[in-house]
Amino acid sequence: MHYYDVVLSGFGGQGILLTGDVLAHAAMLEAKHVTWMPSYGVEMRGGAASCTVVVSSERIGSPFAEEPCCLFSMSKPSLFKYQGRVKKGGLLIVNTSFVDPSLITREDVKSICIPASEIAYQEVGEHKMANMVMLGTLISASGVVSLEKTEAAMEEIFSGNKKKALPQMLQAVRCGHAWHLRV
Amino acid sequence: MQKVFARPATLLETGFHFCPGCHHGIVHRLLCEMLERYNLQEKAVGVPGVGCGVFLYDYIAIDVCEAPHGRATAVATGIKRVQPDHFVFTYQGDGDLGAIGTAEVIHAANRGENFTVIFVNNSVYGMTGGQMAPTTLLGQYTTTSPAGRDSRNDGYPLHLAEMLAPLEGVAFAARVSLHTPAHVKKARRALQRAFETQLEKRGFSFMEFVSACPTNWHLTTLQSVEHIEQKMLSVFPLGIYKNTAAATVRKEGEPADALL
Amino acid sequence: MEKRKLMRGSIALAEGAITAGCRYYFGYPITPQNEISEHLSARLPEVGGVFIQAESEIASINMVLGAASCGARAMTSSSGPGISLMQEGLSYLAGSELPALVVNITRIGPGLGGISACQGDYWQATRGGGHGDYRLIVLAPNSVQEMHDLAIKALHLADQYRNPAMILADAILGQMMEPVNLDPPPVEIPAKPWALTGARGRKPQLVKSLYLADGEMEKHNWHMYEKYQRLQEAEVMVEMDLEEHMDLLLVSFGSCSRMVNSAVALARSRGYRVGHIRPVTLFPFPGDAIREVSRCVGKVLTVEMNTGQMWDDVRLSVYPGCQCRLLARPGGAIPSPKQILEEIEKYIKAGDLLAKSVR
Ligand SMILES: Cc1ncc(C[n+]2csc(CCOP(=O)(O)OP(=O)(O)O)c2C)c(N)n1
Repeated sequence: MHYYDVVLSGFGGQGILLTGDVLAHAAMLEAKHVTWMPSYGVEMRGGAASCTVVVSSERIGSPFAEEPCCLFSMSKPSLFKYQGRVKKGGLLIVNTSFVDPSLITREDVKSICIPASEIAYQEVGEHKMANMVMLGTLISASGVVSLEKTEAAMEEIFSGNKKKALPQMLQAVRCGHAWHLRV
Repeated sequence: MQKVFARPATLLETGFHFCPGCHHGIVHRLLCEMLERYNLQEKAVGVPGVGCGVFLYDYIAIDVCEAPHGRATAVATGIKRVQPDHFVFTYQGDGDLGAIGTAEVIHAANRGENFTVIFVNNSVYGMTGGQMAPTTLLGQYTTTSPAGRDSRNDGYPLHLAEMLAPLEGVAFAARVSLHTPAHVKKARRALQRAFETQLEKRGFSFMEFVSACPTNWHLTTLQSVEHIEQKMLSVFPLGIYKNTAAATVRKEGEPADALL
Repeated sequence: MEKRKLMRGSIALAEGAITAGCRYYFGYPITPQNEISEHLSARLPEVGGVFIQAESEIASINMVLGAASCGARAMTSSSGPGISLMQEGLSYLAGSELPALVVNITRIGPGLGGISACQGDYWQATRGGGHGDYRLIVLAPNSVQEMHDLAIKALHLADQYRNPAMILADAILGQMMEPVNLDPPPVEIPAKPWALTGARGRKPQLVKSLYLADGEMEKHNWHMYEKYQRLQEAEVMVEMDLEEHMDLLLVSFGSCSRMVNSAVALARSRGYRVGHIRPVTLFPFPGDAIREVSRCVGKVLTVEMNTGQMWDDVRLSVYPGCQCRLLARPGGAIPSPKQILEEIEKYIKAGDLLAKSVR
């Protein structure tokens, strides 16, 4: 059985929920079972945003992640809040354009420190694409879904009047993917 | 040096949860100033309805009774009838007072209940995320009027101050705005009249505050101020619609805002 | 493979209602169900339907009553406080034998409570809720697919039995996205000769719940009771995940059953033989299934996100002498698969301890 869960977290406006949406969509295209669960209510106070994506070869029970295989973190508070929960040997992906890597306290997980906003700005011309750069890194480092299905998912999500954003988004994901293969 | 401006002590020293550019905070401050002016901190009971104003008890150091959505004026009736010498006010949004609570407010007003209604009209449901309110302007986009408010399906903006003023139990009814310092000053004066109405036991007093909700209007703070000036005030004219205090009885044909 | 769509539970439910031919929605904003009304406010005009944001839930449910009396498929949705306000209307709908769909995306109570997921409205939903001797048909989805499918089912059952039906879900199911198969089943809206369409070419008809003549009301109550008996015989839906020679049987419903599913998998991987019964219809309740299965298990653990409400029905259903325990998490807390597993282990190892509830 294949099972992989990711907590994506940061501030509202960073595209956290959308990133999770793309990931979940790609998993669906891979014919996997998948759940996407946003935080809401009290948790949304203070501008935080997070969601949990569970991908599995079998029917999924809980859509929550007590010990996620991966934490995708774009803000300091979210790193503080979730890093302790990551599974031993799991993956921690941190946007070091916003978060000082010295704040990572876990040594028993694989940490990937990526200056995602800088990369997004340099390579795509838009620092707001940092989330998609990180998504590229996430799928490359975890293998949870393929780049091909991720691109296909994005083409489905960014269609119609959202199509304008697609080329940049695709480029950002590819950059993040390639960045991870390089380092 | 003389201190001429200070935070009212009744306004607790915590940060508001209100979004940037929201006017709820100004209404809270004005209320505190007035409570202190008449020394009411120890004999006031506030009754917030359900909406962004429900957390009143986190900010104002007086006794507070939370009411079910829309029922604040009924709850306040109970409180005032038990303690007629206490100062009682409700604090309600346009969904709370203008939709689900219309029956209660009309009958409290009609009974001439001697308390004060603070009505914050921001033309949307703020707390639940920007749905259409009874006060939503025609053509205004909200999450439940995605094509703009259309009178054929959704009716027209409801004018609470004008509706309540003619009722015989109503002693004072005004609509004010908070989008410029000058308007805040006028609002303060009107609020003082409303307080006096209750303190003089003249009957029901009603204060409508035209207010900004930049978050759900999807405007910046400054754009929201313009929106009030250019779009809202023509639909919701400011003024004192009724004041039974002899000096300020509105003469036939006299515009309401002349009295502000 | 069939085409699947990634959707939120609220949206899937709204689309299911449209698929089932529901063209009338009346509702009032409340978190966490706003996505349903917001979606329908855009979608219903597209399909020739009507969306009205009512001035209150009291108005909403009575608008539904009016639309239903004309034979239309109509619905409303709300949460905790709003559903409480609808109880009078629900009682009238049931008494007048009118079909309708009412969705409760529950929140924490009592009072204003909070907006997190909770199952504290089980009693209100399954016991009727309003005044008088009546029941609602209550369906409890546990996935986004079921939010869609059970909305359709609820509208059908409501028409078939001329009784209001409720979907009881929560914010987990409303907010979550999962892939959904939207293949539309054929829509058959039964003929409604009782509908108030105007007395043209027929005798005038009446929709009412007032019966003052001697014995009339008793007759009416027995008639409704007989309907509920038929529901009990024909419409029970239950999901069972059982094993041979089980040490323990779990019972849970709705979103909570997802956590139990995970716990069951964990327990089995550790060699425990456990089974799980999930009532999909809460009324009619799958009491027979629970009785049958519990007979050869002897130990039943109910897991709920409240202080123990369905537990009542489980205890009424189990085979006499069966031990019944409860794992309860009220107030917005969600039992984790780990916590459930611990409880399973404790209970299995507890030997023949007397039945006792655990908190
Ligand atoms: C019976 C009931 N229905 C619905 C709600 C959900 N609800 C909470 S606040 C609110 C209205 C908010 O709008 P408004 O009164 O205009 O105040 P604002 O937040 O804009 O200040 C609603 C509908 C509720 N709490 N109770």
